[in-house]
Amino acid sequence: MNLFEHIGRYFVMLKSVFSRPEKGKVFRKMFFGEVDSIVINSIPLVAFLSVFMGGVISLQTAANMGSPLLPEYTIGYITRSSTILEFSPTIISLILAGKIGSNIASEVGTMRVTEQIDALEIMGVNSIGYLMFPKILATTLFLPFVVIISMALCLVGGWVAGVQSGLYSTETYLIGIKAFWYEDQFYLYYALCKTMIFGFLITSIPGYFGYFTKGGSLEVGRSSTKAVVASSVAILVANYILTQLILV
Amino acid sequence: MIIVDNISKSFGDTQILFDVSATFMEGRVNLIIGASGQGKSVLTKCIVGLHEVDKGAIIYDGRDFSAMNRKERIEIRKEIGMLFQGSALFDSLTVEENVSFPLKMFTDMSQEEMRERANFCLNRVNIINKNDLLPAETSGGMQKRIAIARAIAMNPKYLFCDEPNSGLDPNTSIVIDNLIKEITYEYNITTVVITHDMNSVMEIGDHIIFINQGKKWWEGDNKEIIKTDNEEVVDFVYASSFMKNLREKMISS
Repeated sequence: MNLFEHIGRYFVMLKSVFSRPEKGKVFRKMFFGEVDSIVINSIPLVAFLSVFMGGVISLQTAANMGSPLLPEYTIGYITRSSTILEFSPTIISLILAGKIGSNIASEVGTMRVTEQIDALEIMGVNSIGYLMFPKILATTLFLPFVVIISMALCLVGGWVAGVQSGLYSTETYLIGIKAFWYEDQFYLYYALCKTMIFGFLITSIPGYFGYFTKGGSLEVGRSSTKAVVASSVAILVANYILTQLILV
Repeated sequence: MIIVDNISKSFGDTQILFDVSATFMEGRVNLIIGASGQGKSVLTKCIVGLHEVDKGAIIYDGRDFSAMNRKERIEIRKEIGMLFQGSALFDSLTVEENVSFPLKMFTDMSQEEMRERANFCLNRVNIINKNDLLPAETSGGMQKRIAIARAIAMNPKYLFCDEPNSGLDPNTSIVIDNLIKEITYEYNITTVVITHDMNSVMEIGDHIIFINQGKKWWEGDNKEIIKTDNEEVVDFVYASSFMKNLREKMISS
């Protein structure tokens, strides 16, 4: 299949994803289950990465600021801007594309090759909607909260790294964090908007690859790899397009 | 009753089924037999709508399933139970949750009523006190029986079984065969079984269709199949020299 056939089939699949669930009660239960398994379970990894990345961003910024004309609070300002604009929404989404994407593609792919999806279809259940809608909705709605946590922890990581290494004081760092916030707060809305779109991509694309898996365990593994690659590429392309549309 | 009327099916340039027609009677165990790769599974998947037919019609008690849209088909699918080759139980659900799954999706039963119905179906297939186990914690034979329990949970009018005995020992196979037969007669279900298993053919084959090269090659019952002189059927059913000798003895006696 070529790229255009994949894209066409992906959009046809999306039509079934957003059809009305068979049973609201079942859907709600699955939705909160997915919030727990996809979103809540990702928080420890996101927290760990964010603290360390925040530390690295601020240390690298400090190390590269040789000019005495630049005020010291610039470190905090750059850490905040890098975190809000790119690190938390984009890099965290890319990392979660690996974690969540491979999980969804292998789970749905295994259901396909073991005929569990056929069993759903035979019963009269809309298998695409049943399996994917709760995952997509949970991630699209709740990934922004994970990203907000990531942003906060990134800034904490930057503060701890800089203060304990004696590169700047807490006061200077906080001045940098708060600097030009009134003008820059739009960046936060931009970041959360794109996170929602990334959340949609990192669940729907792996769901697509898993759902259309054919064969056995080898193909499930291949689907999982394809899903991670495709969703990572989609995030980067979407990031560029959204930046061009919203920021420029 | 299910009528398969002149159906054909291709995948790309490869034609799998050629103008197959058959009638599957109510309250009888209908077998589809044939060698591997001859189109049995494709035929069954066409009948239940997992594959779309290129030509022909599938009629469930006067309702033309092949001409229906997805929404209309759902109503018929609620009347279908299917036992898959690998059981196809949902890994993440317990035995009881698997059996009550269709009830949860399509009925307004309370938790208590669902539990009662699931227990009834599980008792019917002799699965007792295993409600809280996951499918992976049960044996292959048990998984088949749980899948049968799930298939009958909604009181189906039609039951499809795709190689119900594959991977099972002879004794367990007989248990599964008997179960399918009993359920068919008890609930007056139209049952269609795909099988390679000759014990099943002899034991439960009220009506047998032999598929060869994507065509209906022979039709009869478990008494007629012993005496048939159709070369392909004889080659398939009596593949070993032991079975061939047995056939000669049966015919001569």
